Amino acid sequence: MIELLQGFLLLAGSLFMLIAALGIVRLPDLLTRMHASTKGASLGVMLLMAGVALHFLEEVVFARTIAITFFVLMTAPVAAHAIGRAGYFVGIELWKGTLKDELRPNYNPLSHRLHSGLKKTAKEADMKTPDTDENNKHEG
Amino acid sequence: MQILIHLSFAILALSMVLCFARLVIGPGLPDRVVALELLSMIIVGIIGVHALQSDETSFLDVAIVVALMSFLATVGFARFLERGGRRDD
Repeated sequence: MIELLQGFLLLAGSLFMLIAALGIVRLPDLLTRMHASTKGASLGVMLLMAGVALHFLEEVVFARTIAITFFVLMTAPVAAHAIGRAGYFVGIELWKGTLKDELRPNYNPLSHRLHSGLKKTAKEADMKTPDTDENNKHEG
Repeated sequence: MQILIHLSFAILALSMVLCFARLVIGPGLPDRVVALELLSMIIVGIIGVHALQSDETSFLDVAIVVALMSFLATVGFARFLERGGRRDD
């Protein structure tokens, strides 16, 4: 019974890894690729580690697998945020079917500075870059 | 059970190949960094399955270290892209 569950966990983890790899090959854009790889790989590592913990059934292995799972769950969103921010700043091309880019009116590509939608910072940004008239629409 | 372990190895190897394809053809440096991060995640999974196959619990420490190194490498590449990299815009 426990072997059946373990095999199911191993296969499910590997298949989620395969889905993540397929997404990173097939999807058209850096951000969509990150969307596929981060979530799929995190879930795959979680399932594989659950299978390993079920195979050994020892406290030490439980501690290690929970440590790996916790570490992956903590670091994958931080790493994805860092690389997505850096990619946007470098100037990646978004997918041509992208409907909305809410960061564009709040980001100055010359000085590489962001400002929030608050009134004070928006005024400062207007003084710096006169061509961002859309800032007023995005207030509040 | 051995068949399932081997099948899991095969699927993980296939996903490594796909990820390596993106690492080669990726148009820019951020795509390649994302592919590297996914590659290290797959390596963590392979180390886990190998620990299961060989009944050796010490390999899980290696998996922890690989996960830590991948996180540090990704954050380092992100800082490099933001501060020192060549700009495309």
